[in-house]
Amino acid sequence: MAGQSTYVPKTGFTRWLDARLPILRFTNDTMMTFPTPRNLNFWYSFGGILTFMLGIQIVTGIVLAMHYVPNASMAFDSVENIMRDVNYGWLLRYMHSNGASFFFLAVYVHMFRGLYYGSYKAPREVLWILGVIIYVLMIATAFLGYVLPWGQMSFWAATVITNLFTSIDQILPHTGTAVTQWLWGGFAVGDPTLNRFFSLHYLLPFVIAGVVVLHIWALHVPGNNNPLGIDVKGPQDTVPFHPYYTVKDLFYLSLFVILFAIVVFYLPNALVEPDNYVPANPLVTPPEIVPEWYLLPFYAMLRSIPQKLIGVIVLFGALATLVFVPWLDTSKVRSMRFRPLAKQFFWALLLDCVLLGYLGAHRPDAVFPGTGIPMLPFARLGTAYYYAFFWVILPLLGLIETPRPVPATIATSVTGSGVEQVNAPAE
Amino acid sequence: MASTAAAEPTRRDFIHVATGAAGAVGLALLAWPLIDQMNPSASVLALSSIEFDLSPVQEGQQVTVMWRGKPVFVRHRTAKEIAEARSVPVSSLPDQLARNANLPDSAPASDQDRMFKPEWLIMIGICTHLGCIPLDHQGDYGGYLCPCHGSQYDTAGRIRKGPAPENMYIPPYSYLSPTKVKIG
Amino acid sequence: MRFSRLTLTFGVVLGAASAHAALDTSPLSPTHPDWSFEGPFGMYDRAALQRGFQVYKEVCSACHSLNRVSFHALSSDNGGDGFFTDPQVKAIAAGYQVEAEPNDKGELFDEKGNRLKRPGIPADHFPPPFPNEQAARTANAGALPPDLSIITKARAGGSDYVYSIITGFGQKPPVGFTVLPNKYYNPYFSGWNISMPPPLSANQVTYSDGTKATVPQMAHDVVTFLSWAAEPTMEQRKSLGFGVMLFLIAFSGLLYVSYRRVWKDIH
Repeated sequence: MAGQSTYVPKTGFTRWLDARLPILRFTNDTMMTFPTPRNLNFWYSFGGILTFMLGIQIVTGIVLAMHYVPNASMAFDSVENIMRDVNYGWLLRYMHSNGASFFFLAVYVHMFRGLYYGSYKAPREVLWILGVIIYVLMIATAFLGYVLPWGQMSFWAATVITNLFTSIDQILPHTGTAVTQWLWGGFAVGDPTLNRFFSLHYLLPFVIAGVVVLHIWALHVPGNNNPLGIDVKGPQDTVPFHPYYTVKDLFYLSLFVILFAIVVFYLPNALVEPDNYVPANPLVTPPEIVPEWYLLPFYAMLRSIPQKLIGVIVLFGALATLVFVPWLDTSKVRSMRFRPLAKQFFWALLLDCVLLGYLGAHRPDAVFPGTGIPMLPFARLGTAYYYAFFWVILPLLGLIETPRPVPATIATSVTGSGVEQVNAPAE
Repeated sequence: MASTAAAEPTRRDFIHVATGAAGAVGLALLAWPLIDQMNPSASVLALSSIEFDLSPVQEGQQVTVMWRGKPVFVRHRTAKEIAEARSVPVSSLPDQLARNANLPDSAPASDQDRMFKPEWLIMIGICTHLGCIPLDHQGDYGGYLCPCHGSQYDTAGRIRKGPAPENMYIPPYSYLSPTKVKIG
Repeated sequence: MRFSRLTLTFGVVLGAASAHAALDTSPLSPTHPDWSFEGPFGMYDRAALQRGFQVYKEVCSACHSLNRVSFHALSSDNGGDGFFTDPQVKAIAAGYQVEAEPNDKGELFDEKGNRLKRPGIPADHFPPPFPNEQAARTANAGALPPDLSIITKARAGGSDYVYSIITGFGQKPPVGFTVLPNKYYNPYFSGWNISMPPPLSANQVTYSDGTKATVPQMAHDVVTFLSWAAEPTMEQRKSLGFGVMLFLIAFSGLLYVSYRRVWKDIH
């Protein structure tokens, strides 16, 4: 589908430009006439939503940087100045801080959609891995940004997360400490740390944008996967991206923006720990240190392991695991619509992540309220299931599972054998 | 698409045009906070007027106060300086307008129109040539000499010689009491 | 005598320890009075803000700073988010002494070593009651009165929590709970031992609008003021939010119709 251009320059100028910089041809082929499977559902609109959120974060971030002061003694007050005195500063800051949450919400939907429909399977392995890289960069950017307001949570998040690297001491004595001091630019989190975090927080979104370009490029080589997980067989299976998917994506985007606006305008602090409105104090740790919601599952994994180095390995291993998914899944069928067993394990994984998120918000010694049942065993079980899903269940299922029959083409499935409805409510 | 569009062109077009227009309006509205945030913030605006006590400034002395990030000269003129400045015919001046924010734009550059009280010259101390800050009590006219390109001003801050095109500007100000002025 | 003092000391330490072991001293959930600023359309009650400011000024400000709030923020003129006119704000600011800039001789201190002060102007922030943390702790038996600028956002429970703390004094501690020296019993505070003495008593301030200055009334007013201080832009946020929501819903409706029309010939 790539390679055959349908672009015909109509005016003298566009012909002239096309011979020199075929940017209009490129735009036309990738964003207008690009043949897209006709059966993409709601869950496929999150790629566009993510692009929008990246744009929102970059634009509001650049603007906030015009007022923010990356200095330990002034950072907190400069954020308050933004909230109080800068014209629309409160709006820009609430968009940026809650924008991070909505960015992650969208990326999780996007990732689970990819898992469900087997979008990582050949020939889309590189596409998937680029996505994992974007996700890891997002985590790094979000963490760096969380430090900038220099509240109590900022400071202690920076302390706890950078201290993860001291665990290297257990294999290479003194190396971890050296690395950590290098990250800090001192003997504790302080002004030099804040300055470099600000610099990197400003840089990384542009790196993300660059990887997003590669991600979209890698998408346009094989074309979109689709809910049936079968290859496009011909033009009858596709529609041009514009106007069909531009308008559909925009519609779902506007619903997503409504949700976003509700939080920004009416619940702007719902996702914020109150302690982050207390200026950083290196002498007092808040009673409860928790990361933002989108990192809680990983935090639960870290805290469920009693040994420092192993905890850190488990944490980073959970991210690294995602890179290998294209090869861990041995099934011949992409979409879990036709994989009765895999589908159940998939939903269990989703629940597992939600459970880990819940557990991550509580101390390891906590009990389920009103029951006295300790949480720790569940955190360990949840961690074990996460790893088992990718490293054991996914490889084995491909060998033992009998998939349901897969329709021959998207078009036949659409027009009527009744096997699948294109716009059936997404499952 | 073309065939269905022909069937009901106006309604179909209308919906898409309306949607596109609404989207454009939405984007324009979203752009406003991004633009307006660069305007002076409330904390900057709160400093947009200052009050200054004239009583410590001795005759023949000049002090500089900061107003909106700019130097404002407050000069207590001597009787001799006043007499010199008042004797100059406006018609002989390179810039014959008062440049006084408290008067209409067409006010002439007479010494009287440069200030409310003859002893007190209150003026933005920025050379109208290229923005340098002139030195006081210097130059051929006992007024100001700009060190950058040699513009010379008299004791009323009017340009007399050199490349500067206009008299130095008088900021908006008023007397709150005989010894207290509010600038801005 | 010696023995008894020792027991007393031990008693306090053990009492505190055993109180933690035996009694669950986790704070009560805050009470929830009606706030005018709740909900998507809730706005600050102007009269309550003015009364609350009076309570802060006459009572709280003796120990608690309001470092991040500037006087000009109190102004409602020229589209401001405050609740006084510009001349009122100017008078309020002038009533405070703030640290002066160096004088003509470059001095920051007078002959007696006191910091030179000048009357405040609207651009100044509220001056703190103590020059630094150490001075604040010395004056308050080792405890640091927190800055109140963003207190309702900096505590779980927000305005309800602050209100509950202010009004939560004067109750009898449960049997087995020891109130530590220089502390006060307040079941809404984590650990129940709070360093702040009961701040309000009836008729402590005289309201010019004739409102009766009961403790709950003053607490309600001052928490309204502190909620405003934490987020003076809330009213802007909610009113702009309403317009944005209307626009987005209408825009989504248009997009939906567009979407159905574009896809009509595919389905």
